[in-house]
Amino acid sequence: MGDPCAVIGVGQTAYRTRRPDVSMAGLLREAARRALDDAGLTWTDIDAVVIGKAPDLFEGVMTPEGYLADALGASGKPIMRVHTAGSVGGSTAIVAAGLVQSGVHDRVLTVAWEKQSESNATWALTVSGPYTTSLVVGAGGYFAPHIRAYMRRSGAPDHIGTLVAVKDRRNALRNEYAHLKIPGISREMVEATPMLWEPIRYLETCPSSDGACAMVLASEDAARQAPHKPAWVHGTAMRSEPIFFAGRDTVNPRGGIDCAADVYRQAGITDPRREIDVAEVYVPFSWYEPMWLENLGFCGEGEGWKLTEAGATALDGDIPWNASGGVLSSNPIGASGMIRFAEAALQVRGMAGEHQVDGARRALGHAYGGGAQFFAMWIVGSDKP
Amino acid sequence: MPSSERSGEPNHILEFPGGYTRSVGPVIGRFLSELRDGRLKGVRTRNGRVLFPPVEYDPDAGDDVTDEFVDVGPVGTVTSWSWVPNPRKTHPLDRPFAWALIRPDGADTALLHALDMGVFDLGAKPPRRLRTGMRVRPRWRAERVGGIGDIECFQPEVTMITAPSRLEYRLQGGRALDRFLEGVSQGKIIGHRCDVCGQVIVPMKGLCPKDGVPTSEEVELPGTGTVTTFAVNNLPDPRAPEVPFVSAYILLDGAGLTMLALVAGVPADQVRMGMRVRAAWRPREEWTRSMANIRWFEPTGEPDVPFDEIKDHL
Repeated sequence: MGDPCAVIGVGQTAYRTRRPDVSMAGLLREAARRALDDAGLTWTDIDAVVIGKAPDLFEGVMTPEGYLADALGASGKPIMRVHTAGSVGGSTAIVAAGLVQSGVHDRVLTVAWEKQSESNATWALTVSGPYTTSLVVGAGGYFAPHIRAYMRRSGAPDHIGTLVAVKDRRNALRNEYAHLKIPGISREMVEATPMLWEPIRYLETCPSSDGACAMVLASEDAARQAPHKPAWVHGTAMRSEPIFFAGRDTVNPRGGIDCAADVYRQAGITDPRREIDVAEVYVPFSWYEPMWLENLGFCGEGEGWKLTEAGATALDGDIPWNASGGVLSSNPIGASGMIRFAEAALQVRGMAGEHQVDGARRALGHAYGGGAQFFAMWIVGSDKP
Repeated sequence: MPSSERSGEPNHILEFPGGYTRSVGPVIGRFLSELRDGRLKGVRTRNGRVLFPPVEYDPDAGDDVTDEFVDVGPVGTVTSWSWVPNPRKTHPLDRPFAWALIRPDGADTALLHALDMGVFDLGAKPPRRLRTGMRVRPRWRAERVGGIGDIECFQPEVTMITAPSRLEYRLQGGRALDRFLEGVSQGKIIGHRCDVCGQVIVPMKGLCPKDGVPTSEEVELPGTGTVTTFAVNNLPDPRAPEVPFVSAYILLDGAGLTMLALVAGVPADQVRMGMRVRAAWRPREEWTRSMANIRWFEPTGEPDVPFDEIKDHL
């Protein structure tokens, strides 16, 4: 895994439907400056910048790394951009961590964002070339059949998706940055919303958000000089797989299983449910909580919905998932993966505020993207590995 | 008043030939002269307030104003407004606009003027962007004469730009896809069998994504298959005949993987996992080199396939 790497700064913007008060560069700088403040650093202390965003067609901004180099203090420094669809926020953090673990840099700024109010994800995910007749309407149109397949295969009762939709929105009420805050959110409220892509209801989907998330990653020397407690990286892993191939398990993708196994091995974890204190997992449609509980090895296949139903993943359960409110409550697509990674870091630093899980010492950050094709995960801990 | 009388043409006009002349005096004269030069000037009162537009006396105290003229604006804040959904002939704009009280920066009082919010149909509701507190700037006429109409109207500050985006491609499908579309243009569905895993890949790509090897052995598949899983879409889409519509993964008989297609000819709530379907081809004279030759898949009426037989294709 190379040299030790620590998260010494985390910065987030508030996630909102619209941030017309700032340009795209201004949005990024808001998050980056907060991360630098947390790390007690200025722009000039940074050695390299790694950024990530959703595919270019979403916002129509091509090669943002060129346009944003100055805005992120990268003049005369390396800057690079990472692409892995919806998992990009996680992959971006992992690439940034690699620059520290390799011993190349001491302080790396990493930023991911999306200004969905100036973007059209559904259009970008729906257009196709002249040789295909894709019938997928947005992300929900793609994932709905796979959720149906999970329900059938596991025998999960219909209300499990509703439980997650309520739990994550309750958590969001404790997170000052969360976008969707619905006081009094209840199962009845979720069930009263229309089916968009049956079996996915309106309130079982994520919102469209503007927002950015940034982190400062540091070498051991640099972490020692940081003003606040660092989160140490215990493992990082990425996997990908093609979207169509014979024998593909789309409900429980091999890429996710392998990625989790890799990151647990690095962190010395053999029983994730017992050894991980809190998890921030990419759940853009509520049914993906039970699906990923299984894919990430928190339980056996077909058992995920039982954990959700028993309240194990609630804030007061034995393995809280998405204490921040998760993607279901805030979804600036390109940033959503990094927010998971950053929230995991905040938890083990004891800096998660109202949604802090008491005594969290080890946390999982998870992101996935494309047609459940790209996986990025990290384990962070309060102790140096 | 009956509407016929209200909207009727006048039957008597009283108009002073050439218009009356008015001397404007030193204060309003200065204001109008500055306005003709494209500048907004207010005047200071003895108690320090800046009146805009300037008047010759302090309306509060009755004193003469001082002779200090002050630059104000050009940016101002809307302090109140009234939307005009149907402008009259004599109004300054021929599309819906707002009358607004606008207080230029540096002034203590506001000016009444027209506020152009952009293009709207007659009768439109006030736009959400129009609100007290919004920041606006004057739009000056090119030819100014020294009158309040030298400002054509006010308009919102620039907060958003539009970035047109258009890329033109000359795409080629490649050998495998060309062959597949050739088949489709003749009413045939062709796949490739992988030498390594033995599975049939359709539509073929000339390679097996799982084994990473080239494929070339052609296999013609029937137009029948089984729905493995599906979504009922309640959002409209130009490619679908109606809402709700069903997009389904279909395992063609003999294929190793599913393809996504429209299922129709059956109410959406009656589509099932395991349902047997067949391709509904468009009339032969409409065929082109496109998957659109298959309008959709529709039920065959055969018994459903047991879940066990499709569970490994999800």
